[in-house]
Formats: sequence, structure tokens, C-alpha cells
Amino acid sequence: MAEILVLVDHADGAVRKPALELLTLARRLGEPSAVVLGAGEAAASIAATAGEYGAATVYVADGAEFADQLVVPKVDALTQIAQDKGVAAVLVTSSGEGKEVAARVALRLGSGLITDAVELEAGDSGPVATQSVFAASYQVKSTVSHGVPVITVKPNSAAPEAAPAAGTVENVTVAFTGNAAKVVSRTPRVSTGRPELTESAIVVSGGRGVGAAEGFGVVEKLADSLGAAVGASRAAVDAGWYPHSNQVGQTGKQVSPQLYVAAGISGAIQHRAGMQTSKTIVAVNKDPEAPIFDLVDYGVVGDLFAVLPQLTDEIGAR
Amino acid sequence: MTLRIAVCVKYVPDATGDRGFADDLTVDRDEVDGLLSELDEYAVEQALRISEESDDAEVTVITVGPDDAKDALRKALSMGADKAVHVNDDDIHGSDVIGTSAIVAKALEKTGFDLVICGMASTDGTMGVLPALLAERLNLPQVTLLSEVSVEGELVKGRRDGDAATELLEAPLPAVVSVTDQSGEARYPSFKGIMAAKKKPVEELDLDDLGIDADEVGLAGSWTQVGEVTARPPRTAGTIVTDEGDGGKQLAAFLSSQKFI
Repeated sequence: MAEILVLVDHADGAVRKPALELLTLARRLGEPSAVVLGAGEAAASIAATAGEYGAATVYVADGAEFADQLVVPKVDALTQIAQDKGVAAVLVTSSGEGKEVAARVALRLGSGLITDAVELEAGDSGPVATQSVFAASYQVKSTVSHGVPVITVKPNSAAPEAAPAAGTVENVTVAFTGNAAKVVSRTPRVSTGRPELTESAIVVSGGRGVGAAEGFGVVEKLADSLGAAVGASRAAVDAGWYPHSNQVGQTGKQVSPQLYVAAGISGAIQHRAGMQTSKTIVAVNKDPEAPIFDLVDYGVVGDLFAVLPQLTDEIGAR
Repeated sequence: MTLRIAVCVKYVPDATGDRGFADDLTVDRDEVDGLLSELDEYAVEQALRISEESDDAEVTVITVGPDDAKDALRKALSMGADKAVHVNDDDIHGSDVIGTSAIVAKALEKTGFDLVICGMASTDGTMGVLPALLAERLNLPQVTLLSEVSVEGELVKGRRDGDAATELLEAPLPAVVSVTDQSGEARYPSFKGIMAAKKKPVEELDLDDLGIDADEVGLAGSWTQVGEVTARPPRTAGTIVTDEGDGGKQLAAFLSSQKFI
């Protein structure tokens, strides 16, 4: 059976959810195998999780290089394994770094590259990837016509499903090529206790209508009642009310949750580009003419400072 | 020694226009007005700031694109770049990012540089991988997705704010850098800048000048193939209610019916 190589993204010694989604998708294309890089002592437990989600083999490589140098060591490892094992496709999470790694691997393998797939199916001549483009106004189906397909997949493109497989660990010694930028220091982002924006099943976002940094209190309370991540429109971020790391839109994060709640967001193209692929969209806005209402499954015309707390209370009462 | 900074920019269809696809399933560049990709303005800005900090620097802006792409170069020149290179050849039409990176890499080699600066992604394709591909092709360190960048002697330094961590990076020159929209507001061209830009040199290059065979690039040389493009059906109109004191409760009832709560 065709071997589908999945780069397993991990943080704090645990597998990140998008990697489980990739393993789930990989099973549609062939037999998944996982690549775990620079995980140190956590490698064994990460490999076990990968096995639970269908990885027959888990290639493990370690070394200070993975932490000390940017991107290139991962490219070295993934390329080497893909070549040695003669895999049928390589899947990587569509994060900033994931896309950079995938691109360089594709070039080294002499392969075509597709980024930001939101759906992946087996086709007659290899995987067929669906992308959502131009602020989600078009769906594009593409294939790789040269080399081993290298595809990055957006978080939330599939629901992770366990499918236990052997998860046999194979240790790999990587020949590092160097010529990478040096990572002088790394400061983990302080956890807010909320899910990661791009990975969360529910996102609650605030915009210009929130009015002030303090106004985000009602947005955060609703998010916490739903176990959701908090997002912000560019207007809210530019005004300094919320950190840029939470910006949803063309120049921020692109999210695709099961549920997107837009509070006080008008729905300009800049914002739509970041959230239009959300499965269910609801909005609360004072302005009945706000373009966001063209996108919603359910909309409330009203004051978010009245509607959001009432909704939060209702959720708390259930 | 002059610090030679090369900025890679792209001419893209305006995101506020009605973007779509041509019959050959490439991006339609005729129906919608184009402009310098907003995210590339940040790259031009950082190049100008580094140039201003340096005793002796020269900023060259490079694009690959059809005739109209000259508008993107003019914008960058009016912001303050010194000169421009325009790679323009009918055979480039339909290139994928692997092909485009081959063309840009050759154009950079021909132009000469100590530092390459790119935006974090184009606003049309939004892949964000060209800088990494340039680093791979030119065998240089990539110092990418920076929200802060500086050149100190023979080193380029920067801060990369990732999903999980903030990293401080450094690499020796020459290197390939990309900057995010957090790197600093891009300046508006002044009237003087716009007038001066008209006199700045724009070098025209085609594939022959770069020693690239036509069949290595373009639609035929692309390693990916678009099979199908479909306009997303408009979302079915949702339910809109006006809050009359129970809007939150109604929303809760909807979320409950959809099993979110």
C-alpha cells in the first residue's frame, strides 16, 4: 500500500491537533507513516499517539539542530525519509513554518507543491486537493503532476478519528546540510488557557463595535463559556484593543472552525478572507446593513453588550 | 561597500475587486485592476529603513509579471526604492510557485544582492513560500516571517512570532528575509517621490536574458495542475432577528439546535 508521509507537528511534548487531522486524511490516500522531529524524550509518547491515529511506522529523528536552526533541519529530515522510503505523498500542516518546510522539501524532491488544502481525496493520478481561494469565493481542485505530491493542509480540514495501527518506531539519523538561520532564543507564547486560534472548533471574534480594549471582556466571557478561541478584526487590532496574534483576516490568521461568532464586525473583505470557510457563522451587529449578515446562518441585529452576556448566561445555565 | 538590497514584489488583482479565473484556469488579470500586493509594501518599507540606517545602500525592486506589473514597480520606486527590474515574458504565464521561484532566483543572481527582502505572502495566491524557495535555490539562510528586522554589520537579525513561540533569529549576509504586516507601517509615496520615480531606471528582462528555457516555466512547465475551479455558491440566506431583549436567548436556542451547546 502506498506510504503517505505525515510531518507531525508537536508542542510542549504533545501532538498538535492538526497532525491528527493529517493522519486521518492520509488514510484516504494510503498507509500513513509519521515523522517526529526534535521531540526529545517526548518522542515515544508522540509516536504512540501517531500510532493510535493510524501511523504504521513512526520515523523519529532528534538533535539540537531542530531547535537551534530555522526550517532547514526539518527539510533535511523530511526529504531524506521521503527519498529513502519512496513515499507516495508528503503531508504537512499549513502553518507558516509548515508551508516553508513543505516548499523546500518539494523543490528538493523535484515535486509539485500545493498549499492550504481544505479537503483531500484519492484520485486516479494521485491526491486531489481542494483549496478555498479569493476570500473563499472560489473552490479550486488541483493535483500534483510532477514528482511526489507535497501538500499542506489547513487545520480543521477533517475531524481526527483514531484508527490504531502498529506505530512501530524507526530511528533515523539525519545528514544535516546547514546554511540555516540560527535561533538565538525561543520564548514560548504565554498560554491564555484558550485553544489555539487556527485549531479551535469554535472562534468568537470582536471588531470595531467592541469599542475599547475593556470591551473584549464580554467577547472573552462568551468564548470561555463555549471553550472557544478569541479572535479580533483588523480594526480592533489596529486600534490596539487586542493582540495581533489574534487577528483574523487576510493579513492575520485564516480560521475555519465549526462555529464562528462575529461580534461587532462589519464583515469587510479583509476580514471575510480569514473566516469565510467557517462551517456555521453567526453574527451580532447593531447595523442591519452590515455585510457580515450576508454570510451568516444566524444573525442578531442588536447591541453586542446586551446580546453576548445574555447568551453567555444562557450557556452557563444549560 | 554598498549594501545591495533586493525587494521582491508582486502585482496582484485588487482584493476589493471581483477576482476570478480566466478560461485557462489561471488568475484573471484583465477584469480586475491590479496593484502592488499590500503585504509587499511592508517589504519595501523595511528595505528603505535598512537603507536609511546604512552608510551606503541601494534598493532594487524586482517583479515578475505582465506589462501592467510595472505599476507595482512604480509604486515601490515612488516610495523610495532606487531602481527596478521587470521580468516580463509571455512564456511565464501560468507558472506555479516552483517555476516563479526559478525565475526570481535567476533575476536576483543577475542583479546582484547582499540581502533579499520579501513580503510574507502575496494577497492573491497567499502561499507564503516564495522566500523559502528562493533560499533553497540560492543556497542561502532564510530569515523569514519577521515582525522586526535589522542589519548589524555582516549579520541580519530578526524576530519571528510563531504560533507557539517567539524566536530571535540571525544569519550572516547574504540572506533571504521575509517580513510580516507587523514589521512597521509602510510609508505613502510623497508627491516628490512620485515625480522622482518617473526618472528611475527600470531594467526589462525576458527568459532569454535569464537563461531559462520557456518549457521550464509557464503553464506547461508547472508541476501542479488545476483541474477544476468553481465559484462558491452564495451561502443560503440565514435567519436574521432583531434583538428585542431576548436576542441572546434566541441565539442560544439556535446554537442549541445546531448542537454547539
